[in-house]
Amino acid sequence: MSATFKKLAKEKLVLPFVIAVTLTVISGCTKRGDQTEGEKRYITVKGSDTMVHLVSSWAEAFMQRNPGIEVSVTGGGSGTGIAALINGTTDICAASRSIKEKELTLANRKDIHPHEIVVARDGIAVVVNPDNPIGELTIEQLGKIFTGACPRWSDVGGPDEEILVLSRESSSGTYVFFQEMVLKKQDYLQDAKLLPATSAIIQSASTDKWAIGYAGLGYALAATDKVKIIAVKADDKSAAVIPSDQTVKSGQYPIARPLYIYLDGEPDGTIKKFIDFCLSSEGQSIVTETGYITIKQ
Amino acid sequence: MRVAWKEKAIKLILLATASTSILIVAGIFVFLGREAGPFAIEPGLKELLGKRWIPVSFQKESFGILPLVAGSLLVTALATLITLPFGIGTSVYISELARPTEREILKPFIEILAGIPSVVIGFFGLIVLVPLVKACFRLSTGLTALAGAILLALMAIPTVISISEDAIRSVPVSYKQASLALGASKMQTIWRVTVPAALPGITAAVMLGMGRVIGETMAVMMVTGNAAIITASPFDSVRTMTATIAAEMGEVAFGSNHYRALFCVGIVLLLATFGLNIVAQKVLKKHRVR
Repeated sequence: MSATFKKLAKEKLVLPFVIAVTLTVISGCTKRGDQTEGEKRYITVKGSDTMVHLVSSWAEAFMQRNPGIEVSVTGGGSGTGIAALINGTTDICAASRSIKEKELTLANRKDIHPHEIVVARDGIAVVVNPDNPIGELTIEQLGKIFTGACPRWSDVGGPDEEILVLSRESSSGTYVFFQEMVLKKQDYLQDAKLLPATSAIIQSASTDKWAIGYAGLGYALAATDKVKIIAVKADDKSAAVIPSDQTVKSGQYPIARPLYIYLDGEPDGTIKKFIDFCLSSEGQSIVTETGYITIKQ
Repeated sequence: MRVAWKEKAIKLILLATASTSILIVAGIFVFLGREAGPFAIEPGLKELLGKRWIPVSFQKESFGILPLVAGSLLVTALATLITLPFGIGTSVYISELARPTEREILKPFIEILAGIPSVVIGFFGLIVLVPLVKACFRLSTGLTALAGAILLALMAIPTVISISEDAIRSVPVSYKQASLALGASKMQTIWRVTVPAALPGITAAVMLGMGRVIGETMAVMMVTGNAAIITASPFDSVRTMTATIAAEMGEVAFGSNHYRALFCVGIVLLLATFGLNIVAQKVLKKHRVR
């Protein structure tokens, strides 16, 4: 346990509350020695903080069905996970965004061939303080808020108060996805508070009355007692849609994304067994349980 | 003859262990320089002097470290201001006024404060201090430079106390006796004789405390909001150099401009702490010789 903790501490990104949700099961490190190709007894998954909860739930169920195999799950951000895959320090990378061109060339240079598998879907919820009268916004308004073009709530039909913009750190897959989907690839405003974890965004949005932030749907749904989820309109004419299982699956909710798992090459052996489990009906029911959306219709 | 040879060998081994730290410091400088170096050629050091730090962008990445330097400076200055009265007050009390039993109680607690891991302090800051700062100053958010400075002061205070206490204790008793004999009261003696005589030591203590503050990462990252803006207001959010490195190093692609820029930030940070430590050591040394 302590060795894993040290590794986490080294990442520095991983805060204690992330550690709290990070499942790490090491029941007998001694077994690591006798692993052979295709018969791996110990696999590591690293990457997206958004997916930590999901992947560790999978790992838990998988280990219950396959005693003797250990799956260790850590977060740190999609970028961190992809970097780890490229550097060969993890078997599986969980990512909430697809791999960038730059990362792909870097990987190929190191003779790593990332293999992409979509394992679930996730909506990004926009959250505000429960006392905020605003209940719905268009994508365009959100873009203006996060780029700083609309600095006050009155600019989007609310009271005359300054908007406090909360964002994740730039190492987060959610940061890049939100920038692409909502900000239309523009830069975030310089004044945005970059918080090191989703829980910090929820915490801040629940205490700061005029704050706005974003979080993975699973995370936001679990925190509805602390924050209000905004209904999002794709444009002026369309209806406002609250993110949920149905609306993400049907494609009505506009800020949704696939969640990926990356491997070096085609899966085989224990890793294939684990991936197959994630995609099985049992694995996909865990997806629903943890607040994400299944890939199957 | 044989004994002398053995002694020589042991001496050599000890010398080798003692010089490891020098080697490590030199090695770190070389390593940082090597990783950061290519940035000077492409895109050039001028890029670092910009006012915008936007390392991840679909438009144009900017690596101006001025907001980061300004952030670190602001937090450090504020933390020093907060540390001064607490650090000096406590050290004067412990060394000059406290009864032995009081000292027995105070000292262990100060040492415990020094031993609290910074993530724990940061977590405390996020949950307790940030809402408190917000409420006290009627701000829209408590994620400010001030919140970071208060946490850092908590970490610097034990360092400052133990070193300045040493300095105050080492003021010769004859000074105090002379002052008291001249009819000065106890308080007059403390503030006009003892503390001024210990001033170089206290200065060094504060500088070492600042060294700790400027290099601290986790706690600041959790409570300062990390917005890369140039500001002098304690109620604004700031992004420090340390928080930037910690937050971004994990995802950065090796060999990219962003990667090199982070190493440049590391060099600036290292030079700052290095400078502070050297000056502090010089001041301390001068004080000891006297």
